[in-house]
Amino acid sequence: VAGSTFDIELPLLLEAVYQKYHYDFRGYALASLKRRLTHAMEQLECRSLSQLQDRLLHESALFPVLLDFLTVQVSEMFRDPTYYRALREQVVPLLRTYPSLKVWVAGCSTGEEVYSLAIMLHEEGLLERSLIYATDINASALERAQAGIYEAARMGGFTENHRKSGARSSLSDYYTAAYGNVVFDKTLRANMVFADHSLSTDSAFSEVQLISCRNVLIYFDRQLQDRVLGLFRESLCRKGFLGLGAKESLRFSAHSHAFSDFVASDRIFRKEDS
Amino acid sequence: VIPPQALTRDLDAVVVGTSAGGVEALCALLPMLPANCRVSFLIVIHIPRERPSLLPEVFATRCALPIREAEDKEPVQPGTIYFAPPNYHLLVDRGPALALSGDEPVYFSRPSIDVLFESAADIYAEHLMGVILTGSNQDGAEGLAAVGRAGGRTVVQQPESATMPVLPEAALQKGPVDAVYSLEQLQELFSCMGTRGDR
Repeated sequence: VAGSTFDIELPLLLEAVYQKYHYDFRGYALASLKRRLTHAMEQLECRSLSQLQDRLLHESALFPVLLDFLTVQVSEMFRDPTYYRALREQVVPLLRTYPSLKVWVAGCSTGEEVYSLAIMLHEEGLLERSLIYATDINASALERAQAGIYEAARMGGFTENHRKSGARSSLSDYYTAAYGNVVFDKTLRANMVFADHSLSTDSAFSEVQLISCRNVLIYFDRQLQDRVLGLFRESLCRKGFLGLGAKESLRFSAHSHAFSDFVASDRIFRKEDS
Repeated sequence: VIPPQALTRDLDAVVVGTSAGGVEALCALLPMLPANCRVSFLIVIHIPRERPSLLPEVFATRCALPIREAEDKEPVQPGTIYFAPPNYHLLVDRGPALALSGDEPVYFSRPSIDVLFESAADIYAEHLMGVILTGSNQDGAEGLAAVGRAGGRTVVQQPESATMPVLPEAALQKGPVDAVYSLEQLQELFSCMGTRGDR
């Protein structure tokens, strides 16, 4: 779908979505956005982005469908086990020194990472004094995250990841299986708060000691990425921690000087005094 | 047969896609690139997920050009070879800059050749060459067609000279390409990727 007509239609559609639904995708990285919109167009049987825009403006029910195409990110529990191992072995000892802990999972999608962090904090004896904020712009993804229900077939991979992360318990201690699904334990959720929050348009969050935002920034252009890293700076306490995805870096950001490498190989950064 | 020299004029970037047998093919090709080459190379090779990619190390000692694993938002440098990291799609965005995505696999592949080729075609248009080498599934065939539609040059390894002919055959079935080369002809092609000044 290369070609200039698509390129004309794209910003118009994003503007229409912003005006009508107040969701701002104008700062998303174009290459991935184009792919996702092309896919949405095909699945919704629209011939052009203009036709998709027309339908979006006149059929409100279609917007949540588009939102899923643009935002839902299938993750795994304990994805990149070395990240969780580094948090456990190198960040947790410092987090222990706080009487109460706040953690922000920004762009949590369907919640795999939220449960991973809760389980790790539980294993380290910190969950009871922790509050995990899990935010996303997609309400239906947040609902799924809150329900904590995942396909049983995925548990094999999750269990293996969990084990490699330096587990102190068995993943199966935390869920019950039923009808091809598993449900994660309610007690994990007692310390989670799910909230609708847009990294594009909303402001900074309550002061937190750790922000985990993995494979979210890759979908943003540099300008939006800088905005979000600014939010993270404001939200982190002094010497707070920021965890990014395995292939994300601060190298090309205006805020790179505000963070130092803490565990470089696992993309864990620490806020510097400025 | 179009001579390789006729295909390399006025190129900004070359995208290469391969899977089974690809490491061997790239071992024969990448060392042929001259040190004064100003073209950027973006490569997707299907490799098992979750394993740290050793490809940059494997090729670094054999090649005259610098080799890197692609990082998100990194501006594309001339005369540099980039590999897609395992478990991410590699795309080209405005800049041109590299972009990564964790979107769904394409034909069970992430990184996907189609995703790289389509996004690169969008940015580089006629200043792009797409090269399809040995491979065992059809990911890449659609992407090469997109390179051709955008005015770029399209090259496919001769199926008979490929370790696995499935991918080259799939690419040829999608439509006409500019050149079908044996591995030796591809070596000649890579050796004449000189400075960008030869416009």
